[in-house]
Amino acid sequence: MQPETRLTADMFRPVTDNFKDAEKIERPSISYRADVWRRLKLNKLAMAGLFIIIVLVIMAIIGPMISGYTYYKQDFTARNLRPSAEHWFGTDSSGRDIFTRIWYGARISLFIGVMAAFIDFVIGVIYGGISGLKGGRVDNIMMRIAEVLYSVPYLLMVILLMVIIGPGLWTIIMAMTLTGWIPMARLVRGQVLQLKEQEYVQASIALGADAKWILMKHILPNTMGLILVNVTLTVPTAIFAEATLSFLGLGIPAPRASWGTMANDALVSLLIGNAYQLFIPGFFISLTMFAFNVLGDGMRDALDPRMRK
Amino acid sequence: MKKSFSIMLSLVLLLMLALTGCGGGNGEKKAAGGNTEGKVMRVNNSSEPGSLHPAKLQGTHESWPLRHLFVGLTMKEPKGDNGEFEVVGAMAEKWDSSEDKKTYTFHLRNGLKWSNGDPLTAEDFEFAWKYALNPNTASDYAYQLYYIQGAEEYNSSKEKDPAKLKALEDKVAVKAKDEKTLEVRLVNPTPYFLELVSFYTYYPVNKKVQEQNKDWANDAKTFVSNGPFKLTEWKHKEGLKMVKNENYFQKDRIKLAGIDWAMVEDENTAWQMYRSGQLDLSYPLPGDVVGQLKGQNAPDFKIVPEYATYFYRFNTQKKPFTNVKVRKALAMAIERKTITENITQGGQKPAFALVAEGSEDTNGEDFRKVGGDYFKEDIAEAKKLLAEGLKEEGMDKMPKFNIMYNNLDLHKRIAEAIQEMWRNNLGIEVGLENVEFQVKIDREHKLDYDVSRAGWIADFIDPMTFMDMFTSVSTQNDTGWKSKSYDAEINKAKQSSDVKVRMEAIHKAEDIIMKDMPIMPIYFYTKAYTLKENITGVFTPPDEYPELKYAEIK
Amino acid sequence: MLRYTLQRLGWALLTLWVVVTLTFFLMHMIPGNPFAKEGKMPPGVYENLMNYYHLNEPLYVQYGLYVKSLLSLDFGPSLKSSTITVNDYITEGFPVSLHLGLQALVIGVTLGIIFGVIAALYHNRFPDHVSMILAIIGISVPNFILATVLIHYVSVEWGLLPAATWGTWKHTILPSLALAAMPMAFIARLLRSSMLEVLGQDYIKTAKAKGLARNVVIIKHTLRNAILPVVTVLGIIAANLVTGSFVIEHIFGIPGMGEMFVKGIFNRDYPVILGSTIFYSAILIFLIFLVDVMYTWIDPRIKVTGGSK
Repeated sequence: MQPETRLTADMFRPVTDNFKDAEKIERPSISYRADVWRRLKLNKLAMAGLFIIIVLVIMAIIGPMISGYTYYKQDFTARNLRPSAEHWFGTDSSGRDIFTRIWYGARISLFIGVMAAFIDFVIGVIYGGISGLKGGRVDNIMMRIAEVLYSVPYLLMVILLMVIIGPGLWTIIMAMTLTGWIPMARLVRGQVLQLKEQEYVQASIALGADAKWILMKHILPNTMGLILVNVTLTVPTAIFAEATLSFLGLGIPAPRASWGTMANDALVSLLIGNAYQLFIPGFFISLTMFAFNVLGDGMRDALDPRMRK
Repeated sequence: MKKSFSIMLSLVLLLMLALTGCGGGNGEKKAAGGNTEGKVMRVNNSSEPGSLHPAKLQGTHESWPLRHLFVGLTMKEPKGDNGEFEVVGAMAEKWDSSEDKKTYTFHLRNGLKWSNGDPLTAEDFEFAWKYALNPNTASDYAYQLYYIQGAEEYNSSKEKDPAKLKALEDKVAVKAKDEKTLEVRLVNPTPYFLELVSFYTYYPVNKKVQEQNKDWANDAKTFVSNGPFKLTEWKHKEGLKMVKNENYFQKDRIKLAGIDWAMVEDENTAWQMYRSGQLDLSYPLPGDVVGQLKGQNAPDFKIVPEYATYFYRFNTQKKPFTNVKVRKALAMAIERKTITENITQGGQKPAFALVAEGSEDTNGEDFRKVGGDYFKEDIAEAKKLLAEGLKEEGMDKMPKFNIMYNNLDLHKRIAEAIQEMWRNNLGIEVGLENVEFQVKIDREHKLDYDVSRAGWIADFIDPMTFMDMFTSVSTQNDTGWKSKSYDAEINKAKQSSDVKVRMEAIHKAEDIIMKDMPIMPIYFYTKAYTLKENITGVFTPPDEYPELKYAEIK
Repeated sequence: MLRYTLQRLGWALLTLWVVVTLTFFLMHMIPGNPFAKEGKMPPGVYENLMNYYHLNEPLYVQYGLYVKSLLSLDFGPSLKSSTITVNDYITEGFPVSLHLGLQALVIGVTLGIIFGVIAALYHNRFPDHVSMILAIIGISVPNFILATVLIHYVSVEWGLLPAATWGTWKHTILPSLALAAMPMAFIARLLRSSMLEVLGQDYIKTAKAKGLARNVVIIKHTLRNAILPVVTVLGIIAANLVTGSFVIEHIFGIPGMGEMFVKGIFNRDYPVILGSTIFYSAILIFLIFLVDVMYTWIDPRIKVTGGSK
């Protein structure tokens, strides 16, 4: 270094005038919910799933209305017709229009799935919430009871119920929710146990809040994400289970149709060369399962702060 | 820790892989001999037999294989291609009957042997029949033997004292007069008695074997029979194998080396097994398959007559089915042809009476032809009758009711079609109730239903098999309908030894029941099955599953 | 450790007993009677059958008799068959079901792991998408459809394998595949997300930076850690295999316990229903117990406290 050159303060100029700016957070401030939604939107697969679900719901509503046929009218002169301009999905072995039946069946299958998930949700939250909040002995016993119920073979319970009450839409839903609420209950309970220790919750309790208040105001909002994921993934399980029940002859009684009963009825159609009668409901079952699953996965990823990009 | 875990995991996986190398095969009960290379026929029994002891049968899952293992005093001899037959002597060479047709004396052939070499005597018959009637045996089909004097009293007795019970047994009127002579006395003259003794409840049982080992029928190793085949293997719920019985009295007529029976319940799978070559005969077939094969005129597809009626029961104790006009209206308002052509698809005939086609009347014609149709399909008339009937019951419209059926695809489709027809033609609301078979039976007994699906496959070729169901004392009635005049005609028929009088009484009875319509006939069955083209000699009597004993594989 | 194990065992046995009692009483609530027949049934005959099987005694007497025989491992006679007892059904049917289940499990786990690993390694590229689509198919197509389709094409149309029944190793392929589809899909998806999570960890980056060969990195570090969640669900998967096996066994005519179980229900064969329920429950409870113990043994980070999950 040259001895003549000395560094003086006026040789340097600060980059910014305000030091505070150096600490500035570059990303815009954003609420948790909005952030989750934003990340979800970035997940193309999940968005595809959501889109499919929306389309399915719309079609379930308007489908049977636009086809010009009813789901129950049998026309024996028009049996087993391939898809055509008159029957967009063809007809089944009793001459009923498959397009109408698919969308009518969509109503039933989606209804069962959503209802089952919803009831699981309500029961699960209440049970898990109470169990977690009470803690100790009560919690122990409640969880044991849940475990026992979970251990009774699902199918046996469902069949017993179907026989005692008789087959029907609500019987199926009830049968499915018999043990379906347990995972939700466990989840909520786990959350409760965790959040119970938080100071704001303890403050609430100290101020005299009752269980219902705690659940609604503190637990639920924080657990909502997980719950939603669980619900989204329960719907396909229920639809799947309903299909299996149909196979065992415990499905929706005729002439109403669900995708499960349509697929089951069409097994023999495959054998005699009318494969389309089987593949169409099968395709829709798979599509719905796919959509709900990727949406649920996407939501789970979006909720997980560790995967933030 | 992690390393040992992964080692353990791999070991477990290896173990599993090793397991997959093993084939099936567990609980085998093989008997000596029984190599079945060559001409073995393979069929599907749909279900595991509950028992193969003649006294302990419950249904067709037992009787089909059993008919190939045993033979009775008489047997059915095929005549022609359509399942016609005549009853000829089997174990019995000849027989006499008394004037009043109530006493039969059977004379057995010489040299009859069981499959284990034991001589077969008349005592084996007496023993078997009395064993089936013994209340402690708890035989489901003992009632088949009630034609014999003393049988019903013995079988329904609640007597616990062994001496008193034995006394009752001795009163049963079947006696082995000597080794080759069997005398039977009947309650009523029964024209179809000779066909009846070819029935499985009347099969003989090896007395010596039974007395030594009461469980002989549970195991192929100890199984002894007298029919065209003998049992060599019984893997429960998996399959049965039988081979030709060299001690059979007509062994030279048996061309098959053996029969293999699978036990696959799912009818779609059974059909696929036939198509992939695992089975040689497929019966029964899914309805749609029948339609397709019929349409294609497939060479391995056959339809033969069956002496059976498909009908719906009305619960006559429940309004508005208490009213005969309502019942008639419902019966007239459906299109039977639509059902037989589009759903059952097997060439079945619409039914307008109870007794199916296939039995002979006194003038040689078919009973059904003589009796004729009892009603017609007529929608306008039906509407009228329905309105009148409802008014009589004090109702202004038809309440919603349910058709109860057991869970089979065919029954479901038929019920759906009828539901739709009634809605269309009569403007009424009908629901469908699908229940398990057991539940349906139970509810029918309790009269806890509205309309219930039914079918009756004859036990023997005579109209009485249908008519007997609906007497006021019959446990199969299940409609709540009773008629003194009906009972009177049936009793008259049973007690008369004059064929003309008898037939007339039966026709009169059918008039009565069809006038009242406690049941709604829909169609008369046919039997549709597929058989590989290189097999001949399969014989299909109208009241049985296909008989394979004379089959030959080319 | 030992104390924990014994405690869990105690709960397991209690659960089992509750299951037995619950099932017993529920079953007797069902309308329907095993001896109802379409043919003639004179009252004397009916009486005899009822007496033979003690069905005339008051309920609590039947229950007592039953528990007593259970303790001596006697499940009683079947009401429908005079040749086989329930014990026979179990001893003959269980090995078959076990074989089928294990084979399906091996196939499912192996394929699931392979697909999961591939998907994770080629994240968001073609192999990932293909694997995930296969996995989605596995979960979303109802197994009775899959089974029928497999039989129709592989056996009937192409004649490669026998259509049904159980006998040689060839007979086991189609049913195992149909049954393995669900576990495979489940594991593939689970492993994929688990591996992605592990791959993002610092110690993996370190390993790569150290220059370790790629395979070593995968197997030694990633897979071992990622496989933990898979172990947890093994219990659930095994349970699903058990109940899924009924449909598969029914379609393929396989003489296993699943088939016997539902037929027992349809026939109102009380001892069979009870026997198989208890047996299944015992298996499931035992499996969960095993997984619990294995889980704590594998991961030392999990604290063992009072058995809460």
